[in-house]
Amino acid sequence: MATDLPIDGPTDAPTGTVTGTADGRPRRRIRPADIGWYVVLSALSLIILFPIYMLVLRALSNPLQYVAQGQPLRPVDIEWDVFVKAFTEADLGRAMTLSLIVTTIIVLVQLFTSVLAAYAFAFLDFPGKTVAFVVVIGTLLLPIEVTLISNLETVRNLGWLNSLEGLTVPFLATAFGIFLIRQGFAGVPRDLLDASQLDGYGHMRFLFRVAVPMTKPIIGSFVVIAFLGAWNQYVWPRFSTDQRTWQTVQVALRSIGSDRVDRLNIGFAAAILAALPLLALLIFFQRQMIRGLTAGAVKG
Amino acid sequence: MSDLPTAEAAAEDLAVPAGTGGRRRGGGRRGRDALMAYAFLAPAVLLFAAFSYYPLYRLFWYATHRQPRFRNKEATWVGFGQRWDTLRSSDFTSGLLHSFQFMVYTVPLGLVLGVLLAVAAHRRLKGIKIFQTIFSSTVATSVAVASVVFFTLVNPEVGYFKDVPWLSLNNPRSAMFSVALTTVWQNLGLTFIVILAALQAVPDELTEAATLDGFSATRRFFRITVPLISPALLFLAVVLVISALQAYAQIEFLTGGGPGDSTETLLYKIADPKGTRSLDVRAGLSIGLFALTAIVAAVQYSLLSKRVHYGD
Repeated sequence: MATDLPIDGPTDAPTGTVTGTADGRPRRRIRPADIGWYVVLSALSLIILFPIYMLVLRALSNPLQYVAQGQPLRPVDIEWDVFVKAFTEADLGRAMTLSLIVTTIIVLVQLFTSVLAAYAFAFLDFPGKTVAFVVVIGTLLLPIEVTLISNLETVRNLGWLNSLEGLTVPFLATAFGIFLIRQGFAGVPRDLLDASQLDGYGHMRFLFRVAVPMTKPIIGSFVVIAFLGAWNQYVWPRFSTDQRTWQTVQVALRSIGSDRVDRLNIGFAAAILAALPLLALLIFFQRQMIRGLTAGAVKG
Repeated sequence: MSDLPTAEAAAEDLAVPAGTGGRRRGGGRRGRDALMAYAFLAPAVLLFAAFSYYPLYRLFWYATHRQPRFRNKEATWVGFGQRWDTLRSSDFTSGLLHSFQFMVYTVPLGLVLGVLLAVAAHRRLKGIKIFQTIFSSTVATSVAVASVVFFTLVNPEVGYFKDVPWLSLNNPRSAMFSVALTTVWQNLGLTFIVILAALQAVPDELTEAATLDGFSATRRFFRITVPLISPALLFLAVVLVISALQAYAQIEFLTGGGPGDSTETLLYKIADPKGTRSLDVRAGLSIGLFALTAIVAAVQYSLLSKRVHYGD
């Protein structure tokens, strides 16, 4: 069920309540009744895109000139090199690289720990399974916001403030990943496990040769959602680092509040660049992203 | 599909007998399976122990001990007594109040706008995919990016809407609403995607049959569509409530907690960027946030389990 909810589904495009297609012709034409909907949809699009337009506009405009001209809705005194300046003056290259490294480590290790734990829950019987399940569920009550101050103490005692370990290790296991992938494994027939064991193969081989390949779509969704979460993190990297060189992209954007007014456009440009990796994710992995985002909403 | 064992079912079946009976009957395989399972679970469970459960224990420890002025002295036990003072303090109640305020501003508005967008974009039209992509576009923004976006709109010095009174960050009565709008906008993509997926799962025959029975469009929507997408709406309500409890960056970027303390939510007071509170008070506030998170999770769990029963 959860697997065929693509927004861009070619065949299951729904029949709108107003535009009922009694003729059922595959080739659609724009009908007069549709024009009203185009107006509504365009108006809504404008409202949603207006804040983004303002960000781009402010990034491109010379900040002092823009204010001096009474904040018009068009760019003022365009400075295209602001995106270059974001790298040379705001150190965005370093921040982006750090974010990419941190995100990659978190996603890959989360995938590893989640696949293993999910396999234990889906295919292995063992004493204490219920307890283990409760331990995993319980972490849903303990997001980093709740445990922030104690984890900061832990990380400080380990000497991990301003370090790659500090930024990644607290996030290397995730209940969401374990449950999502376990749900995927539930779709792998148990007969296959029995068959592979009759052939003399162990769990490792079954896991990596059969279970994981058969669960690729869900694993793909997990990777996309995990990337989204890790790249967007703010509270933890904000408080577990206090040196500029250890600021992730999201934390680096914070200087916007304290920056000089004549440099604001560089901060705006940096925000645009920080969102680009996710925009790429949305465009190229829309299907996986939608499946992952709706995973909790639709019973699997 | 019916005889696939779920982990819960398997766990219940095996919780009692496996420890003793397994070895007797199954010989080596069961024992090996169990060892394998522990090895597979070990990385996740150890990480959870170190970075979820141990910190919870430490929260209670910090809450009951006063930290020494100098690091070479021992912390002293002071008990839970002063935590009652924390709970009654204006610091806690105002944090709680502001977190609830944030919830009230973000959750209903977010759901209504999500339904509006999804209903508008749920139809067969040429180019509808373009609109659907635009409506989902805000999932590509982080809290920090969304906060910078709204900085350009509501910042008191340079924001486009700096003179709009009901968006003013300088007024304690409107500042929280302005900050909350950042979150509403940022979550639109998610709410739109989830509700559209739910709408697409509603069978056309149902709405068509209702049309033939003479139901008006409004009646069809509230009597058929809304009940059928209610699981998605409940899921989103929980997600939005939790995201409200965890709001931080938008406050730091836009108001820094001000004016006064009018935008200091519970989490903002816990994180305490200006360093004005002692560790034991912040631990007490953290336990309050934990309790709220637990209540929301309990509601979510009961709703989910109810749905699973109906679904099968």
